[in-house]
Amino acid sequence: MSSETQDAAVKPARASLMNDPQVRGLFYQVLLVLVLVFLGWQIVSNTMANLERQNIASGFGFMENTAGFGIIQALVDYSETSSYGQALLVGFFNTLLVAVIGIFLATIIGFVVGIARLSNNWVISKIAYCYIELVRNIPLLLQIFFWYFAVLRAVPGKRDKWSFLFDTFHLNIAGLRGPKPVFEPGSGAIGYAVIAAIIGMVVLSRWARKRQEATGRQFPVFWSSLGLLIGLPMLAYLLTGMPMHFDLPIFNETGPVFSRGFELGTGFNVIPEFLALTLALAIYTASFIAEIVRAGIQAVSHGQTEAASALGIRPGHTLRLVVIPQAMRVIIPPLTSQYLNLTKNSSLAVAIAFPDLVSVGGTVLNQTGQAIEIIGIWMAVYLSLSLLTSSFMNWYNQRMALVER
Amino acid sequence: MANAEVFQVRTVEAPQLPAPVSTSGVIGWMRLNLFSSIGNTILTVVGILIAYSLLAPLIQFALIDAVWVGEDRTACLAQDGGHIGACWAYVGDYLPQFIYGRYPTEEIWRVNVVYALFALLLVPMMIPAVPFKGTNALLLLVVFPIVAYFLLTGLVIGDEEILPIVETAQWGGLLVTLVIAVTGITASLPLGVAFALGRRSKMPIIKFVSVVFIEFWRGVPLITVLFMSSVMLPLFLPEGVTFDKLLRVLVGVTLFSAAYMAEVVRGGLQAIPKGQYEGAMALGLRFWPMMYLIILPQALKLVIPGIVNTFIGLFKDTTLVLIVGMFDLLGQIQSSFSDPTWSTPVQGHTGYLFAALVFWVFCFSMSRYSIFIENKLHTGHKR
Amino acid sequence: MSIKILPLVLGAAMGVAATAAHATTLEDVKAKGFIQCGVSQGLPGFSNPDAEGTWSGIDVDFCKAMAAAVFGDGSAVKFTPLSAKERFTALSSGEIDVLSRNTTWTMTRDTQLGLNFAGVNYYDGQGFMVRKDLGVTSALEMSGASVCTNTGTTTELNVADYFRANNMPYEIVAFEKADEVVQAYDAGRCDVYTTDASGLYAQRLKLTNPGDHMVLPEIISKEPLGPVVRQGDDEWFNIAKWTLNVMINAEELGVTMANVDDMKSSDNPSIKRLLGVEGAYGEPIGLSNDFGYSIVKAVGNYGESFDANVGPDTPLGIARGVNALWSQGGFLYAPPVR
Repeated sequence: MSSETQDAAVKPARASLMNDPQVRGLFYQVLLVLVLVFLGWQIVSNTMANLERQNIASGFGFMENTAGFGIIQALVDYSETSSYGQALLVGFFNTLLVAVIGIFLATIIGFVVGIARLSNNWVISKIAYCYIELVRNIPLLLQIFFWYFAVLRAVPGKRDKWSFLFDTFHLNIAGLRGPKPVFEPGSGAIGYAVIAAIIGMVVLSRWARKRQEATGRQFPVFWSSLGLLIGLPMLAYLLTGMPMHFDLPIFNETGPVFSRGFELGTGFNVIPEFLALTLALAIYTASFIAEIVRAGIQAVSHGQTEAASALGIRPGHTLRLVVIPQAMRVIIPPLTSQYLNLTKNSSLAVAIAFPDLVSVGGTVLNQTGQAIEIIGIWMAVYLSLSLLTSSFMNWYNQRMALVER
Repeated sequence: MANAEVFQVRTVEAPQLPAPVSTSGVIGWMRLNLFSSIGNTILTVVGILIAYSLLAPLIQFALIDAVWVGEDRTACLAQDGGHIGACWAYVGDYLPQFIYGRYPTEEIWRVNVVYALFALLLVPMMIPAVPFKGTNALLLLVVFPIVAYFLLTGLVIGDEEILPIVETAQWGGLLVTLVIAVTGITASLPLGVAFALGRRSKMPIIKFVSVVFIEFWRGVPLITVLFMSSVMLPLFLPEGVTFDKLLRVLVGVTLFSAAYMAEVVRGGLQAIPKGQYEGAMALGLRFWPMMYLIILPQALKLVIPGIVNTFIGLFKDTTLVLIVGMFDLLGQIQSSFSDPTWSTPVQGHTGYLFAALVFWVFCFSMSRYSIFIENKLHTGHKR
Repeated sequence: MSIKILPLVLGAAMGVAATAAHATTLEDVKAKGFIQCGVSQGLPGFSNPDAEGTWSGIDVDFCKAMAAAVFGDGSAVKFTPLSAKERFTALSSGEIDVLSRNTTWTMTRDTQLGLNFAGVNYYDGQGFMVRKDLGVTSALEMSGASVCTNTGTTTELNVADYFRANNMPYEIVAFEKADEVVQAYDAGRCDVYTTDASGLYAQRLKLTNPGDHMVLPEIISKEPLGPVVRQGDDEWFNIAKWTLNVMINAEELGVTMANVDDMKSSDNPSIKRLLGVEGAYGEPIGLSNDFGYSIVKAVGNYGESFDANVGPDTPLGIARGVNALWSQGGFLYAPPVR
C-alpha cells in the first residue's frame, strides 16, 4: 500500500473523502472486519442450530466418558476402561514419538545422502541423486502403503521369526521384538548416574574447549563422553546389586494356535505400523533434507575449503569444522520447515492403523459424534507443535547465525 | 651443525618419472572418479553392490518375470512354486478405470475432450517461445475451467439434457487426481496473491488477518483439513444447503494450498527492488494498476519455479483424499485390489508399482520443467 | 446438479444463508424428482457398484423400493457412497434423504444423533473370520490373537468387550477403511478379522483365496441393520417404515415381482390392501394408493431381494437364518397393512 502513503504526502487540499487513502484504508479494514464478523456469526449460528437439531451436546464433557476401545500401542497407561481424554493423550504421545524418531532418522539419512550427492565418487553421487529424485517424486502415502503392505508380506508370519544379533532381536509380521529393560526397586541410582553422566559431559566439553583455547592441546571429548555415558550407569548398576534385568520376548512353539509365536506383552515390541510409518517418513523427508544440505554446502564459498586445505586440515575435518558450521546457516531455516512437514505428515498414520492423534481422534469422533471438538483438538495440537518447533529452531538459528564483529 | 660444506653434483641422469596418470578416456575417468584412493575404491564397490542388490530384484520383478497378457488371475499365479513377477495384464485390464474411474462408458469422450483441451492449452503455455501468452493464459485459467466444468458434470438447459449429468461420485482415478490438483492450483493462485499482498500491507487489520490465515493453514496437516471439509463443513451450513463432496474437498484443498502459494508469491514480491515501486509511483500509478502492470508480472515470473513446486506438492498430496473415501488414482488402484478376478499375491505390488510410476513420471517431469524455467529466468534479477 | 449448484456455492461462499424453505423431505424429493440415498463405499451384497458404476445390494434395493413408492419408478434414485464417519452428518445436513448403509440400530444413535431407524432389513451380529489351516473351531480359542477391524463402528467396542469378558489378551489393529483391513488380514498381519458376519462373508470374496478362510460360529453382538431417516419428519419416516413393511408383507403373502400383476386380482383382502386395490393406505402418507404394487414391481419382495443379493445362490452364500419370516423361524415380522 506504499502508493497510498505516497499519495498522502502530496494530497491536494480539496480531495474528497473517498480519495483520502487513510480514510479509504480504514474503510476497507472496517469492511473486512464486518465481513469476517458476519461470516463468523453465520457459521456459529448455523452450527448451533445444526447441533441442536441433531441433539449433539457441544463442549468437552465427553472427554470423561469411558472409551471402551483398545489401542495397540500406548506409551502411557491405557486400557479399555480409560476415558476418551486418556485415549487422545495416548494418540498425542504416539504422534510425538513418530515425529521425534522420524526427525532423528531423517536428519541422519538426509545429511549422509546430501554429502554423498557432492562426493567425488561418481557411483556414490549418482546413487544419492537417484535416491533423491526417486523418493521425493512419489507421494508419501504411496510410500507408506509400500512399506506397510508390500514389505509386510515379505517378512515371516506370526508363528515364525527371523532372529539376528545373537538371537536377541527378532522380526516377524507382528513387529520387531527385543529384550525390554525392567527396572526393579533401587534402580533409581541408574537414572541418577545417567543424569550425572550428562552433567559430566557438559562440564568436560567446556573444560576441554577452555584448555584448547588456552594451550591448543586437544582432548578426546567424544570418546571420554561416550565412556562417561556408558561407564557411570554401568558402575551404578553393578554397585547397587544389579536391580535391573531384561525381559526377553517369549516365543511359544506349541500350545493353542493363537498363543504360538511371541507372547503378547513379553519383551519389547515395535509394531510394524510404527516401523512402516517412521521409515517412510524418514526416507521421504530425508530426500528433501539431502537437497537442502547439498544447497547449503554449495553455498559455502570454495575459498573456505581451499583455505582449510592450505592450512593442512584433513578433508574430514574440513567438512566437519569448516564447511558444515557455515553451511548450517543456510540449512537451518528450510530444515525447520521439513521438520514441521514431517510432524504434520505423521498424521498419515491413519491410513495404516497406527494410533496417532488423528487416528485415535477419528475413532473418538465416530463414537461420540463430537466433530467440532475433535477437529479443534487436532488443529490446536498441530498448530502448537508447529509453533513450538519453529520457535526452537529460530532460537537455534540465532545461536548459529554469523556474529558480526 | 657444520662448517663442512656439502655439495652434491649429480653425475648420473635421474631416472625418468612415469608419465602422469591419464585423466582422459574411459580408464582415466574411472581412475579419477571411481578409484582415486583406497577409500574411494571401497565406496565404489559398496555402491555398486547396493545398486545391484536393489535394481536386480526390481528389474526381475517388473520386467523379466512379469506377465504381460492374461484373461484373469490364473495368468498371474505362480505355476509349480516358481516365482512370478508383476501382473501387468491386470493393470491393462483396469487401465480405463484407473484413468476415468467409474465414469459412464458412453460419456468417456467428454473426459477425453477435457484432457485434450488441457494439453492443447498447457503445452504452448509452457513453451516460452510460443507467442500470445496473454490470450493463452485467459483461455487456460478462465475459459477452460468453465468448459471443463460443464463437460465433466453435464449440462442441462431448461428440461433439455444437452450433456447427461454425471455425478462426481462416479468420477475416479487420474481424473479426480487431476481435477483436484489443477483446480486447487488455479483457484489458489489468485487467493495466494491476495494473501501475499495482504501480508505485506500496511493496514494492520488486513495484515493481521492475512498472517493468521497463512500461518493457520500452514500449521495443520492436510488430512485434518480434509476431515474438516468432509465432516465439519456440513455443520457450518444452514439447514438444507449442501455441497457436493468433491467440491467440499476442493474448497479445503484450495484454502490449504492458497496459504503455501501466498508464501511463494511473497518471496517474489520481496525480491522486486524498491526502485520498481518507486518508479511506478513516480508515474502516478495507483495501487492496483501498479501491482497489475509493474510488480506482479515481475514477481510472478520470478516465482514460477516455486509455483510449479507447490503444484508438485499438491499433486502428490491429492492421494490423501482416499483417506476420506474418494477415489483418486491411488484410491482407485487400491479399491481394485478387492476384485476377485485378479486377486493374486502380486496384485498389490503391481498396483503400487504402477501408481508409483505414474506419479513419478508426472512429478519428475514437472520438477525438470521447473529447473528449466529457473535457468531460463535467471536474467537480471540475481545480483 | 450442474446449474443448480452454482448459486448454492456462491451463496455459501458469501455466507448468505440460502433461504431454506422448510419444505418436508417428501416435497423436496418430489420437487427434484429423485431420492438421494446414502450407501456404503462398496460392500458386496449390501451396496456395491459394478465396473460400470451400477449399484446393487439389499440396501440399494431398499432405496429403489422407496423411489418406487414415491414415484412409481424404482430408478428415480441416486446413490452417495459414504464412509462410516460421514454417514450421519450427511443425513442430518440434508445431503441425502435416506441412509441405507448397513447401519446398526443402537440407542445412542436413535436418541442422541437426531436419527430415526425405519426398521431392520438385516439382522446381523458381529463374527470372526480366521484361516482354515489354523484349525480353530471356536472364538474362545482366540487368546493372544491379533485382531483386524475397522475404526469408527460398534465392532471396535464389541470386540474389546468380548475379549475382556472372556479374560483373553489380544491386540487390536484398527484401520480406517475396509479395503485396508482386507489387505492387512490377507497379508497375515492379523489372525482374526472381525466385523458384522454379513460383512465377513462379503469381504471374504476380496481375499486372495476366499476358500482358505472360515467364519467362526460365535456371534458376539446384536447388530440390527436398518435404513435411517432424519428425526422430525414423521411423514418421510412413515414412508421409509412402510416401504420396508410392504416388502416383508409381500413375501409373507407370496407376492413376487413376477406374479404381482396377477395378484392384483387376487381374492385375498390382505393382498388387495397391500397392492392398493382395496382401501386407501397410500394417500394419508403422501403416496399413491398403489405404492405397494410399485414397490414389488420394482424390486420384488424382501425374500427375492435377499436371495438375489446375499442368498445361498450368490457368491456370499448367506443362509436366511434369523432373517427368515417369523412364520419360518426367523425374526421378520411386519405389522399388517390395514
